[in-house]
Amino acid sequence: MNIQVTVNGKSHEKEVDPRLLLVHFLREDLGLTGTKIGCDTSQCGACVVKMDGVTVKSCTCLAVQADGSEITTIEGIATNGELHPVQEAFWEKHGLQCGYCTAGMIMTTVELLEKNPDPSEDQVREGLKGNICRCTGYQNIVRAVLAAAEAQRS
Amino acid sequence: MFATEFEYKKASSISEAIQLLSSNEGAKILAGGHSLLPMMKLRLARPTMVIDIGGIEEMRGISVENGTLRIGALTTHAQIADSHVVQEAAGILWETAYGIGDPQVRNRGTIGGNVSHADPASDLPTVLTVVDAKFTIQGQGGITRRGSRTVSAGDFFVGPFTTVLAENEVLTAIEIPVLAENQKAEYAKMAHPATSFAVVGAGVVLTVDNNNVCTAARVAVGGLTPTPTRGPSVEAALVGKELTDENIAAATALIDGDLGSDILGDIFASAEYRRAMAAIELKHAIFHATGLAHH
Amino acid sequence: MTTRIFGSGIRRREDPRLITGGATYTDDVQLPGMVHAAILRSPHAHAKISSIDTSAASGAPGVVAVYTGADTDGVLNPIPCAWLPPDCDIKAVDHPAIAKDVVRYQGDAVAVVVAEDRYQAEDALELIKVDYEILPSVVNPEAAMQAGAPQIHEDAPNNQAFHWVADGGDSDAAFANADVIVKETIIQQRLIPHAMEPRSAVANWTVAMGELTLWSTSQNPHIVRFLGSLVTGIPEHKIRVIATEVGGGFGSKLPMYADEMIISFCSMQLNRPVKWTATRSEGFLATIHGRDHVEHVELAATREGKITGIRSVVYAGMGAYLSTAGPGVPTILHGLIYSGPYDIGATKADIYGVFSNTTPVDTCRGAGRPEATFLIERLIDLLAVELGTDPVELRRKNLIPKFEDGHDVASGITYDSGDYEPLLNMVLGHVDYQALRQEQARMRERGAYMGIGVTCYVEICGLGPSQVAGAVGFGGGLWESAIVRFHPTGKVNAYIGTSPHGQGEETTFAQIIADELGVDVDDVGVIHGDTSNTPMGWGTYGSRTSTVGGAAVALAARKIKEKARLLAAHLLEAAEADVEYEDGKFFVKGSPDRSKTIQEIATMANVAWNMPEGMEPGLEASAFYDPPNFVYPFGTHLAVVEVDPDNGHIEVKRYVAGDDCGPQINPMIVEGQVHGGVVHGVGQALWEGVVYDENGQLLTGSMTDYALPRAHMFPDMEILSTVTPSPHNPLGVKGIGETGAIASTVTIYNAVIDALRPLGVTHIDMPLTPEKVWQAIRQGQGS
Ligand SMILES: Cc1cc2nc3c(=O)[nH]c(=O)nc-3n(C[C@H](O)[C@H](O)[C@H](O)COP(=O)(O)OP(=O)(O)OC[C@H]3O[C@@H](n4cnc5c(N)ncnc54)[C@H](O)[C@@H]3O)c2cc1C
Ligand code: FES
Ligand code: FES
Repeated sequence: MNIQVTVNGKSHEKEVDPRLLLVHFLREDLGLTGTKIGCDTSQCGACVVKMDGVTVKSCTCLAVQADGSEITTIEGIATNGELHPVQEAFWEKHGLQCGYCTAGMIMTTVELLEKNPDPSEDQVREGLKGNICRCTGYQNIVRAVLAAAEAQRS
Repeated sequence: MFATEFEYKKASSISEAIQLLSSNEGAKILAGGHSLLPMMKLRLARPTMVIDIGGIEEMRGISVENGTLRIGALTTHAQIADSHVVQEAAGILWETAYGIGDPQVRNRGTIGGNVSHADPASDLPTVLTVVDAKFTIQGQGGITRRGSRTVSAGDFFVGPFTTVLAENEVLTAIEIPVLAENQKAEYAKMAHPATSFAVVGAGVVLTVDNNNVCTAARVAVGGLTPTPTRGPSVEAALVGKELTDENIAAATALIDGDLGSDILGDIFASAEYRRAMAAIELKHAIFHATGLAHH
Repeated sequence: MTTRIFGSGIRRREDPRLITGGATYTDDVQLPGMVHAAILRSPHAHAKISSIDTSAASGAPGVVAVYTGADTDGVLNPIPCAWLPPDCDIKAVDHPAIAKDVVRYQGDAVAVVVAEDRYQAEDALELIKVDYEILPSVVNPEAAMQAGAPQIHEDAPNNQAFHWVADGGDSDAAFANADVIVKETIIQQRLIPHAMEPRSAVANWTVAMGELTLWSTSQNPHIVRFLGSLVTGIPEHKIRVIATEVGGGFGSKLPMYADEMIISFCSMQLNRPVKWTATRSEGFLATIHGRDHVEHVELAATREGKITGIRSVVYAGMGAYLSTAGPGVPTILHGLIYSGPYDIGATKADIYGVFSNTTPVDTCRGAGRPEATFLIERLIDLLAVELGTDPVELRRKNLIPKFEDGHDVASGITYDSGDYEPLLNMVLGHVDYQALRQEQARMRERGAYMGIGVTCYVEICGLGPSQVAGAVGFGGGLWESAIVRFHPTGKVNAYIGTSPHGQGEETTFAQIIADELGVDVDDVGVIHGDTSNTPMGWGTYGSRTSTVGGAAVALAARKIKEKARLLAAHLLEAAEADVEYEDGKFFVKGSPDRSKTIQEIATMANVAWNMPEGMEPGLEASAFYDPPNFVYPFGTHLAVVEVDPDNGHIEVKRYVAGDDCGPQINPMIVEGQVHGGVVHGVGQALWEGVVYDENGQLLTGSMTDYALPRAHMFPDMEILSTVTPSPHNPLGVKGIGETGAIASTVTIYNAVIDALRPLGVTHIDMPLTPEKVWQAIRQGQGS
């Protein structure tokens, strides 16, 4: 099936097998490998991208379902070489170790802060429920999210 | 992670979806995909055709009319959890939607898909049963020759992953009576640590007078039984009683007698444990509903 | 005064590529002409393969090739075990890369399909017909040694893989003369280490050169090259292993796996690049598990609470085959540290390694030491109850007093340095322990169950002297090496043998070098993970990267500085003895304006226009560091939990980690390591555990059944530390990557049992799921 998807501002038209997952489309067909795959049961959040304004697990969405949509991946959130405030905060607060969960964590955080610019620690932890990190124990990720919230508010 | 091959069709209207369902054996509707796709990725589901109903606008939306809250089947959990209309009309559903899975599951998963999938561990079947929701179902000629019909939540769920929906029927909307001022409703669940699904979930709708006496009650539990289970003994014991700690504890303990013998169990929680937890979760739900959550 | 960057929590230089999606992990590698493999795995725990029919699969769309054990037999050598402890009658059974006649666990590789894309490979897998004759199987390591248990390997009677004993002091006498003995049976349940990046391999064989390039999710690419050469027969210098970006390991990416060799085999057969990436559920079956001990343990003490002996009989599951370091885990890494931080006259570890029809067991964060810490600390809490004393006072009474350079414990090892009591006091003071106990008493009065767990631990890491490695049967060295090189512009690269995958050594090693050489930390780049451009190293595990690898880096830098000093003297036309150094500058004593920066010297060394007679051009050095001893970090952890007796739900209210890893190169990174380790260990206590059914079917076969810690399940931790340098390490540093996991499991466990003591609960098997807690409360109350 032929689909048209705008990814990080760039339009792509491709022929895809209906069973191709969006995450495979992004990684294999478009070469955007920043989005990761951490599980096969829709639970880890390594694959989170933004689609038409909301975050989705790109492993639980068919590429054909994304036809006509606008997608933002981790590669697309910095502007003109300037890191996104959430990226900055993850760096500053040591919110990552191996980096494998990081793309999903950052994309989830971007939406979390759009919906709630001043979250409590508990709200942050709840908001990260769908993203698993094995390295950080989450503590510095939570700090990073709170720091990004503060940076974005001021 | 790699589904088997299938044909993909995008339906632009309810009738087109029904038409496609009727003429293709082994076809499956795809709504939010958060139950169907995980099964397809593990090759536990192998539909020959996937009918994407995601683009059918008439199946979306939230409105209140004549004391009834109407939610289109394609409305996502997030849209429900973000809706002030739902918060005002049926706070229990609003809160439950927020407790489903995680933000991304809520962004894609739909209320219609959730109940049509009829996973015993889902939250919404229990909640929609306890609020006495009505499901609007549309069919068309074909094998069942049914047109449109309305089924109450209590009758909709037949067994694990089984509902009254015929092969060629689509659930289009869900209607819920707006809760009155003096109705207190709450859902409490013991969530599975890996998935958030309900190990045991309990919903209550209590009508309470000015003296804190319960004048009407509906309770239901889920997660532990094949379909949501109402608690008539509990309801009877609550009505006419003041909602004190003791009365609530005594009444909720009666749920055991309403559960029947078909109790689900797994490596995380046995049937015996779940059975005991039904009363506990009901108690939690009532405590929260009545502001007694002091523990 | 020199400002040191060592000790400063600067942000990590590896992060920019990781936060922008620019890093290349193995599964991100795309090569022209690359094909994709999927591996067929045995659905049975134990079966004879009667026949395999691959004809339908071979003809399926997109399929390039299908191989079975018959194809690899004789081409690939068996997968070796690299840690064979001596004097324990170890059975190094054959482990074929692809099973040919018998499968021994659910997940054993049976065939491999290579296709144009992965979807097609998966389709074809379903078309392979295998006839199995199912054999009886056994899962529990203690049961596997009972008479009549199914036999897994012909040459390992009773399924005994080894029997290893470490007996220090006179444990028989200690127990014969004890006033008090407490006993416990502890199940250290099987864990899935679960790095977030699934295992993956890309093999690219170039036939013209006879060279193999293997991208591999490995913690130790040089070991993969070494062992890979033994398995494939490709000479070691013609193998290049690349593991530059690895998404966590936790021990699971230490072993040499069959899968990577199968993929290499496919590439060699097809002369095409081949990729394989495990799905998560596949990883649950085919990536090593951790722990799996059944332990019968006991402790002897005097009436006054002086601990006189600890001993164990442990059945340690090895799984179906001996994984690379598997046998070393319950022996060397476990049985030698039964003293913990305490002065104990006799310790005895009596360890049976046991084969079972399960996924092989190997290192999982902490590896052996969490199990040892658990049994010591659990027994001490039991002793406290038995004696009616406060568990903290009991610990304090038995702590080894401060020592700065060596303390021998009963098992025969020598701790490097320790000062245990100040950290205990710091943690207790931080929470006001007495006040907590009072609060606990008040809460109990109103039927609320709060519990406190306190753990004192010592662990052994920084593996280790190579001589010891040889003596304990480790099939390699345990030294590290580094090359530090000044470029003509005065910038520096370090090429290291260790292979960090999240621990941040690109930053911390740059900090070490910046200080040693007086250059800006941003002028130092650290290169790792590619065997083609890094010197030999034994990998990143056992909290050894900073202690051993960091020392090698420091020594190499120091060598450079010595050469630079000679060159400086030459350029400044001064006697060597008159040249002084400060902050990256060499100058003539007494006339500080006669100076050369180290960068200027680097430039000269590189162009070599004016060198002293006989001095080689260039400014670089390589150093090998073989530590004289292990290092022994220590600490005190404390947890406060509350248990709801109605439903058995546990809430962790507070967690305090006090650790001493010596001087901290980067405190921010140290804290991060502690956070991750603690939560990993708490996962074992509360949520994680592998479950097999009696037929060896993995019931926790996906993430929907195997629960991992998530952000909302745990509160913010409170982190404390002291600094006790290791006397023998050039930087004084000790490891910190595993301490959290070593201490936290038993800390939480003891807190939960402490909470439930009034309800008659003395024991619950882990993980402490709500139901198990609830059942224990019911049993405790005799209902
Ligand atoms: C990680 C994870 C965690 C989750 N946690 C929870 C949780 O805590 N609580 C909970 O309740 N749920 C949970 N879910 C399930 C989630 O709510 C799903 O979104 C929901 O069950 C299915 O909705 P869907 O729109 O995604 O349906 P789909 O997956 O698209 O469809 C599900 C089934 O219903 C059929 N169907 C869909 N829509 C219709 C319709 N309108 N008419 C007729 N048939 C239809 C489909 O053919 C399919 O068989 C979780 C899911 C995941 C992946
Ligand atoms: S890869 Fe999508 S949720 Fe894990
Ligand atoms: S940083 Fe490694 S999984 Fe999160």
